[in-house]
Amino acid sequence: MFIKHSRLDRFILALNSTFLILAVLMVILPLIYVVIASLMDPSVLLSQGLSFKISDWSLQGYQKILSNPAMIRGFGNAVFYASAFAILTVLVSICAGYALSDDRLRGKGIFMTLFIITMFFGGGLVPTYLLVKNLGLLNTVWAVIIPGAVNVWNIILSRTFFKGVPNELREAANVDGASEARIFLRIVLPLSKPIIFVLALYAFVGQWNSYFDAMIYLDNPNLHPLQLVLRSILIQNQVDPSMISDQLAMAEMKKLSEIIKYAAIVVSSLPLLIMYPFFQKYFEKGVMVGSLK
Amino acid sequence: MLAPALILTLIFKYGPMYGAIIAFKDFSPIKGIMGSEWVGFYNFEKFLSSPNFTVIFMNTLKLSLFGLILGFPVPILLALMLNQVRRAGVKKNIQLLLYAPNFISVVVVVGMLFIFLSPTGPINQLFNLFTDEPIMFMSRPEYFRWIYILSDIWTGAGWASIIYVAALANVDPELHNAANLDGANLLQRIRHIDLPTIRPIMAIVFILAAGGIMSIGFEKAYLLQTTTNLPAAEIIPTYVYKIGLQSGDYAYSSAVGLFNSVINVIMLLTVNFIVKKLNEGEGLY
Repeated sequence: MFIKHSRLDRFILALNSTFLILAVLMVILPLIYVVIASLMDPSVLLSQGLSFKISDWSLQGYQKILSNPAMIRGFGNAVFYASAFAILTVLVSICAGYALSDDRLRGKGIFMTLFIITMFFGGGLVPTYLLVKNLGLLNTVWAVIIPGAVNVWNIILSRTFFKGVPNELREAANVDGASEARIFLRIVLPLSKPIIFVLALYAFVGQWNSYFDAMIYLDNPNLHPLQLVLRSILIQNQVDPSMISDQLAMAEMKKLSEIIKYAAIVVSSLPLLIMYPFFQKYFEKGVMVGSLK
Repeated sequence: MLAPALILTLIFKYGPMYGAIIAFKDFSPIKGIMGSEWVGFYNFEKFLSSPNFTVIFMNTLKLSLFGLILGFPVPILLALMLNQVRRAGVKKNIQLLLYAPNFISVVVVVGMLFIFLSPTGPINQLFNLFTDEPIMFMSRPEYFRWIYILSDIWTGAGWASIIYVAALANVDPELHNAANLDGANLLQRIRHIDLPTIRPIMAIVFILAAGGIMSIGFEKAYLLQTTTNLPAAEIIPTYVYKIGLQSGDYAYSSAVGLFNSVINVIMLLTVNFIVKKLNEGEGLY
């Protein structure tokens, strides 16, 4: 760097650092607050707020939330929905993207248009719901997994990726007598690990964090994913009475339900937040490839 | 190989588009979509002439318009600021922290808002230093939009800055050196070197955001609604859900949804046209 900073420049840079620090604090302070609050003794939290004395801490919130059957079931369901959804999305997108990246495909333009229209125009909530209902998918896990599995963005993403795979590779294999299926499975797929990984991560996180489809399609509480369970705890204030013994007075219940909320937030968000730094570069890659159109 | 995607698209994307014709019918579940009577634009007229229309339409428009105005510049500012951080390691760590809220679900974000903004929550405890009256953030309509938009920025701005950060990383440092030798200060260099670099991306992001101006998400608005903040919080998507799936007025609800989609497409095309004019022919299409 040969840049010489004037006094004005140095002042601006100092200001810049200050604002960045403020931005970071604004982002992480609420999260730190939740984590500490979740570890508090409920009565201390209610009477004096956060305390940094270890003696004021307790694991009651976590004990309650981790022994709640709805929460456990929700967690399991969420893992299943997110994994199944990710697998299906990746399969569908990769296959379509590969086909569309091949110049020999006839009617490519028409297919592309067909897909792209759906990015900008949709039938709407009620017609979609009626369709899912008429197909008999209501109250089945398929309602959450299938309708959203085809996503134009993902198809474009994988098409862009496959366009980057040198054509000579396919041609060479073709000359060697490999069938199309063989070329795809043995040559193209092993090269596609990055795009498979990116798509799977996006799909998994998206499904893990969503509640809407499950809310409209699934009545049966046994099928509810984590986010719906969280919704009833955090927003509808329905702390399951079985979590708190009936003997306890109302005041005690109120205290506990506060701490249960904090613990629920931590338990449900922590897995993703812990995983994400390891996958950060893949997420970024996804954004980048997507921006290339 | 195209077949799975094609079949799913035809069923789950084009199926509902076909199903949307119930908006023009007096839909009866017994007679089905084909059997129901045609009623033309009756359902649309019903919505446009209902007293709810202006309120809900304006709520939707205001929420996304203000969201766009307040939210669009933040990622750009963050990226320009991050770009000045010279130590790569420090920059990476700041980014890591700024992106984190993007991975927190809407349900949890809204849950946190309810806790933080409750009359006895931490924000009110802070305000208690100045006033005794707790502020009823969640139940008053006048706060709804602020809560929605600011929490959106909290969740997404860091993540949205990635794309600008990447573009800025491609700026040739020689340009900055040359400008520096010519006596340009930091702000001048940002304005004349950094900003023009990211302008095409700004245009695309803006078109996409403005095109979705009426398609503001259902998920968060619905969770943030309380019985008393509805005058500001009821937007078209939540209204469509309530009259359609909760009250079962399928045809009317579809008409409202369709009306919304059409406005969206018109917005997208209009904004794209305007940006193209302003941006030397660089639009999305």
